[in-house]
This record gives sequence, structure tokens and C-alpha cells, in this order.
Amino acid sequence: MMSDLTKLTLAEARDRLRAREVSSLELTEACLSAIEGAGALNAFVHHTPEIARDQARAADARLAAGDAPAMCGLPIGVKDLFCTKGVPSQAASRILEGFLPEYESTVTSQLFDAGAVMLGKLNMDEFAMGSSNETSVYGNVVNPWRRGNDETALTPGGSSGGSAAAVAADLCLAATGTDTGGSIRQPAAFTGIVGIKPTYGRCSRWGVVAFASSLDQAGPMTKTVRDAAIMLGAMSGHDPKDSTSADLPVPDFEAMLTGDIRGKVIGIPKEYRMDGMPAEIETLWADGTAMLRAAGAEIRDISLPHTKYALPAYYVIAPAEASSNLARYDGVRYGHRAKLAQGDGITEMYEKTRAEGFGPEVQRRVMVGTYVLSAGFYDAYYNRARRVRALIKRDFDEVFAGGIDAILTPATPSAAFGLGEMQDADPVQMYLNDVFTVTVNLAGLPGIAVPAGMDAQGLPLGLQLIGRPWEEGDLLNTAYALEQAAGFVAKPGKWW
Amino acid sequence: MSIAPETAARVAKLARIKVEPEALPALAAEFNTILGFIEQLNEVDVEGIEPMTSVTPMRLKRRADVVTDGDRQDQILKNAPDAREGFFAVPKVVE
Repeated sequence: MMSDLTKLTLAEARDRLRAREVSSLELTEACLSAIEGAGALNAFVHHTPEIARDQARAADARLAAGDAPAMCGLPIGVKDLFCTKGVPSQAASRILEGFLPEYESTVTSQLFDAGAVMLGKLNMDEFAMGSSNETSVYGNVVNPWRRGNDETALTPGGSSGGSAAAVAADLCLAATGTDTGGSIRQPAAFTGIVGIKPTYGRCSRWGVVAFASSLDQAGPMTKTVRDAAIMLGAMSGHDPKDSTSADLPVPDFEAMLTGDIRGKVIGIPKEYRMDGMPAEIETLWADGTAMLRAAGAEIRDISLPHTKYALPAYYVIAPAEASSNLARYDGVRYGHRAKLAQGDGITEMYEKTRAEGFGPEVQRRVMVGTYVLSAGFYDAYYNRARRVRALIKRDFDEVFAGGIDAILTPATPSAAFGLGEMQDADPVQMYLNDVFTVTVNLAGLPGIAVPAGMDAQGLPLGLQLIGRPWEEGDLLNTAYALEQAAGFVAKPGKWW
Repeated sequence: MSIAPETAARVAKLARIKVEPEALPALAAEFNTILGFIEQLNEVDVEGIEPMTSVTPMRLKRRADVVTDGDRQDQILKNAPDAREGFFAVPKVVE
């Protein structure tokens, strides 16, 4: 009974809470014990049971009083990238060890205002830099899915790997994620859950540890498309503290889920057919296309000619912004400071602190960013990448102007791979994981990953839908139709 | 273009990250892999294209130029590795 409660979707739990069939405290206790039994996944890295119980009691009081906002009483996990007041928020980095924010991020504060219950903080790649959750100071997250009876530990994807594993393993009903190049959608696809990155500016970035500010967006990671609609609504909206957050009304996304996509025009971009793409991904994509056609959508072949250049542009722009954003970690104001030797001055303090505090991938990206921004290379690398970015966005603008409502692509080039399998590959091999998702960040568009099938080894595979800016409601509805047609209901067998 | 270990050392210095001399050749090799990947951008015709500054065509909001916050010295210093007498403390900067 207890463990069944954790399997509920947000929508089911909300309805049962409102019907007073279950209390938030019961739901919360069920999740807390599921988390306690799931240490092997290494998804939750800071546990906040006292906060959770307090919030659950408060939610139960609100429910009793008939005041039940969207997330009232629903237990969720929060990615370690979100600053949460008085609770460790270290972006999975050693350099933020011991940091206890004096403030609450706008997204988590909105979720709490909407009644959500925080169970704890979730593991991730350090500073959200990674695609396999292997760069975290807390160690790897393990995917609850396995290849049949093979016990090889698989990656949940990254950077929101803890969020993905926790939702897939029913440790929480949903989780927050963030996505700079695919960090919500790729892990969602690797774990058989739903993840949406909204339009840039839909969710406030205030209080979210910055990686690449022109690309970062928060979003929900959930068991169903309906849940994504519910939670995205609670996370969205204008925030005067983030000048890039959009002052636009937030529609009732859930109310837009009719499942009716008759007459919608779905684009299939030919550039997403990559050399060496596994046949299973090709088949999944073709199946998804057929499902949308059967649901009444018109399918149209489209071209996004600059797709190939998205990853190289991203690997200039994101490290450049990161090198600037991460300059704040200097050992002076918060976090780790290296022990200094006799006679060390302030430069040694900076250099030792940052060498000790940042892991290898973060150091690499900060230095690449420093290089592409340095005198003599700024135009050749950084400005060129920003011009290519403008072309990538123009590709999408033209396609949407031509009447396309949404674009269907694979979410990832493969199913989840083994932890450590990419260890000997060069960094660029790992970067290729984001090949289908990164264009969406560069163009600031909403994108959603929906579980749509399994590979031969029994691992989930996801499809991605890309929508027009600010039309998350329409995008969610198309995703809802795809979800219904695909009928993905598989769950990982519990081994942890 | 190929990055030499000396260039890697200069970049590490600019980034204020201490890299031991013996680690420089490997670091330079990684830079070369990544920059080699980035070189593809040279194939793109970007003539007449402005570098993107904002992904959404919106004007940044302006706020009134007034003080809206303050008196938070304790909160601001609370996470400092070394704070003394209401200030951040650092090693000696000027001899």
C-alpha cells in the first residue's frame, strides 16, 4: 500500500488528495521510505524529511480548508542546481560544499506556494555539465533500468540524472530539472519518463545556479504528459528578479490536453537522420510519425540546414558563458577555499581554490570558454558561433512560418549506455549525446521528450517534439496524443 | 590550429585554475580535440548575419532606479569561508 502511493502520478495523487482519500503526510512518508531504500541509485543526495513533513502537514491543512492549489501536498524532488533556503545547494560541485543559501529560487518558491512538498535535493552532473551524471561530486547516479537480466550499471543520462532516476524509480512523484543543451530531455528519454524544456524565459532563472545564462531553462520531469502540464504551470511566470523572464500570461496547460491533433502539421527534419544511427532509433521515429499521422496530423518533410553546426556552436557559446558565470567561485564569498601555504597571495588562493573545487569537466569547459573569449579569438570563435546560432534559429523561424506546428525527432542517438563506458572516449564523443536536443536551446524553443518505445534489450527510448515559442500548451497536447498512441507503461523492475 | 602546452598554461592562468606542469600536454591535447570539433563552424557562410544577442525578440524590462533591498550584511557574509568584522577576509593583496 505504502509503496503503491509513490507510483501515483501527480494528477492521480492530486485527485485523491482533494477527495481526502489520502493525506499528503501519507504520500510523503511513502516517498521518504522509498528514498531510504534506494541508496543504491544515489539519486537523492541531500534529504530533507523534516521540511517535507512540515510542508505535508501544512498542505493537509490547506486541503482540509478547501484551499488546494495545483501542487498541493504533492511530494517532489529538487535538482541540486536550485538554491533552496537553508538546504545544501551545491550544483554537485565541491566548490559549493557547505553553501547554505539565504534565499529560495523563484521556481522552488512558486512550487512551495502551490503546495508542493520537497523531499530532498537530487544528484546531477557538476554545474549541469555532463550527459551521463558521471561528473558529480556525489558520485554517479545509477539508472533504475537494466538491460534485461544484465546487472551492468547504466547511466540515467545527464545532467538531470538524479531527477530522472528518482522519478523513474517512483521515489518521488515528479522532480525539477534544468536543461542547457538537453539536460532534461536526454535523461528523461534514458529513463522512460517525460521531460519538458519550456521556451527560454518561461521559467525564472533567479536562484538557479547559472551555467550558460542564454541557454539555461528549468522544467519539470514527470511520469506523464499531464503531470508535466500541471507542474510546468506552477513553475512558470514572470519574475522581476530575472530580466529575461517573459511577462506573458501562463495558460492553463492541463486544460489544453484534448488529445485532438487533427489538422496539425508535424515536420520531420531530414538533417536529424544521422549516419550510424541505430536502426531501433530509426524505427522508433518512423513509428512515432505513423502514430501522429494516424491521430489526424499532417506529416511534412522539412529541412533545418544548419543542424550540423549546432553542437560546435554550443561548445563555444556554453563554455564561454560558463567561464564568465563561474568566475564568481573565487573562495571569497561562499563555498570552498583552499588551504594556503605560507606566503600565498590572493592569486594562489584563486588558483588553488578553483583547481580543488572544480572537477575535470568543469575545469575543461571553463578553460575552453576562457580561450574562445580571449583576445584575438573572440571574433573567430565566439562571434562566429553567435552568428551560426542566429542561422540555426532562422532555420526554425522559417519552418514555423511555413505552417509547421511541431517537429518530431528522436530524443537521443541511443538508449542509456553503461556507466564508465565512455570513460576512454574523447570529450566530443560524450557531447554527441545532445545532438538532437541542443538545437532547441540555441533557438530558445520549447522541447519535450516522451517515452515511446523500448530497444531490444528492454531499455526505454524517447521521441522529442519541438514547438513554437510560447506554445507549450499546444506542444504538450501533441505530446499527449503521442503518449496515448505509444502507450508506454513499462517500469523498471525493482532491484535496488 | 594546434594548441601548445604553453598556450594551455596561459589559458589556465587566465581562468585562475592551477594546473601542474606535467598535466599541461594532456590538457593541450584535449583543447585540440574540442577546438578541432569547433573548427567546423568555419564552413558556414555567416556573411551579413549579426551575432545573436537575445534568443527571444524581447526588450529587457527596466526597473526604477531606486534602492529596493539592503541591510543584509550578516546574510551576505554568512557563507564566507573567512569573514571578520563585517568584511570578507582574503590574503594580503598589496604589500
